[in-house]
Amino acid sequence: MMSSGTVTVQLDKPYETFKLESEPPMTAEVTRDELLGYYSLMYRMRRMEISADTLYKAKHVKGFCHLYDGQEAICVGMEAGATWGDSVITSYRDHAWQLSRGDTVTGVLCELLGKQGGCAKGKGGSMHMYKADANFYGGNGIVGSQAPLGAGIAFAHKFAGDGCCSFALYGDGAANQGQLFEALNMAALLQLPLVYVCENNQYGMGTSKKRSSANDDYYTRGGYVPGIKCDGMNVLSVRECTKFLKKHAVEVGPIVVEFDTYRYHGHSMSDPGITYRNRDEVSQVRAARDPVDRAKRYCIDTELVTEAEIKEIDKEVKAEVAAAVEAAKAAPPPEQSELWTDVHVGQSKDFFMRGPDISTSSGVYGTNR
Amino acid sequence: MLSSLPRRAARQLRGVAAPSLRGAARPLSTAPSDAPEEEPETKKLTMVAAINDALRIALKTDESAVVFGEDVAFGGVFRCTMGLRDEFGEERVLNMPINEQGLVGFGIGLAAVGSTAIAEVQFADYIFPAMDQICNEAAKFRYRSGAEFDCGGLTIRAPAQAVGHGGHYHSQSPEAYFAHTPGLKVVYPRDAYTAKGLLLSCIRDRNPCLFFEPKILYRSSVCDVPTGDYMLPLGEAEVLSPGEHITCVAWGAQVHTMARACERAAAEGVSCEVIDLQTIAPWDMHTIRDSVQKTGRLLVTHEAPLTAGFGAEVAAAIQDACFDHLEAPIARVCGADTPFPLAFEKLYLPDELKIYDAIMRTVQY
Repeated sequence: MMSSGTVTVQLDKPYETFKLESEPPMTAEVTRDELLGYYSLMYRMRRMEISADTLYKAKHVKGFCHLYDGQEAICVGMEAGATWGDSVITSYRDHAWQLSRGDTVTGVLCELLGKQGGCAKGKGGSMHMYKADANFYGGNGIVGSQAPLGAGIAFAHKFAGDGCCSFALYGDGAANQGQLFEALNMAALLQLPLVYVCENNQYGMGTSKKRSSANDDYYTRGGYVPGIKCDGMNVLSVRECTKFLKKHAVEVGPIVVEFDTYRYHGHSMSDPGITYRNRDEVSQVRAARDPVDRAKRYCIDTELVTEAEIKEIDKEVKAEVAAAVEAAKAAPPPEQSELWTDVHVGQSKDFFMRGPDISTSSGVYGTNR
Repeated sequence: MLSSLPRRAARQLRGVAAPSLRGAARPLSTAPSDAPEEEPETKKLTMVAAINDALRIALKTDESAVVFGEDVAFGGVFRCTMGLRDEFGEERVLNMPINEQGLVGFGIGLAAVGSTAIAEVQFADYIFPAMDQICNEAAKFRYRSGAEFDCGGLTIRAPAQAVGHGGHYHSQSPEAYFAHTPGLKVVYPRDAYTAKGLLLSCIRDRNPCLFFEPKILYRSSVCDVPTGDYMLPLGEAEVLSPGEHITCVAWGAQVHTMARACERAAAEGVSCEVIDLQTIAPWDMHTIRDSVQKTGRLLVTHEAPLTAGFGAEVAAAIQDACFDHLEAPIARVCGADTPFPLAFEKLYLPDELKIYDAIMRTVQY
């Protein structure tokens, strides 16, 4: 018989803080339902990304594709420490967030495959996941461009006085973008309820953090904005840290967090990921720090969940993802009219979208008339 | 120089359909068409005062509206936001640091939540650091998110065009760069009256809009401006004076330079149809096409350099739509393909004489 109720567990790695007088606890209280939820969501993300890899290699995914495997604990831990009332905006590595904010694996894969059933009707692709009803402001294709948007969203929270905050995520590569510093400055001046989340996966595309950043302690890079470094491979560390971050953002103002993590895949699918690091390094992280494995060990070690139950979850998730792959492959492409839909709204009746029309002669024609 | 140009009578505005609006923004109040027409109350205003008036109305009528930019709290360098901070508070009239990329991105985020975000970029020449945010984030937000999000509440105001001594970084007309990006609206007023009406339309239009204010007109343009709330339609050119021999198209301050050249041509018996394009994107091809099918000739003039200026698009589209009607090559009278020189501003600019010369050459072709 498994134990029930709440169990207190020890976290693995201490936090490092910058200009902070307090820090999150080194223990976390969890229930069986919570652990099951975290594990199954992380494992779904993992299987989804692996299937995206396969779909890409089989040429079903034709666009750019950036995978999140290795970093799942950040998304799931943050969701566990925040609510959907809190806004999230991230970079192009966005599949997992779409899933955690309520979309389905089929929905995410449809967008990757350019199908009508995707959140952007297939017009965006991998980098363009959005979920308005859950305050997920999406993936952004330009490195760092989401940083000032996150500040604007935070201002809206402050303006509304809703007690929620804005989480703006970026990678260690984007940490060197100028607009991040512009946004940090604005956020500090306006005391915005804003958390800048640096997902430090050690490589900005093919350049390691040591070679790209004069100061690779990203949690200190806010200068006048306090920061904290947290183990990004442990879902419970991320959860506890996120609760702390949200409280600080809402009550005090902006804060930077660096989640120490690792991506197993290359930067994108066109990057094999082994030219600037070796296979041993990836294997070592997988063996010692894998976030899905860490969540599984919490399940087993606390005796809240059995191995057999984990196996059952794995089986269900694999079946769900396999079905989603088939559903996405079979899904219809967007209607042709989508080409000119959602460029402008509220046009006069005379307005038409201009473009070449090969059915007539050369020149200027309306593509939608 | 402005009073000589005919203006659409304010009473005609009642026929203007309000653009589709969302959220707290309010539509133009329209009288029933059979109601007796009343002249709205007007006041002589400079363009600065008219813009200030438009911003005040926007803040008053839309509680989600926020005005922000460098120095806007004390009125901005041109004083367009004068008094707004006192009236609406520091939460709605925000000073921003000098960071155009950051402040435009801030506005996009704010608008994405559903607010009306009215940004000021201090000079149109300073808009280039924000180019990525405008072209990659704002313009595409609705499209790339399958309409899950948009930032239609965003309007970016920026003083543009020549001022007599601006030099390289206080004189440019960057409309063509943005007209090349689907998803944006690009608008130029020509006087105080159009500035107020078009700015209110931009603010309430649910597409991201760039509103370029010809800074030379800020204080030199004085005209009767309705004191109330009114909007002028976006995407519509205005025929300022009908003519028979040649269609002449310009926008912003260049409308006045062109109108003077047209008057000069009129003295020679040439009848010019003077058109203010007003909205550069999406532009009103129908009005220009109808005019050129009548006159058989077209001249486009703008301050921005000739090559790949928006005049090129107008010329290309009209030669296609009106090939059989054209009596002469389409004339483009534009800025030189050089940076904007302090010493040679007069030489650089497409002035009245250059336009006049082109009108005469085109008519006599």
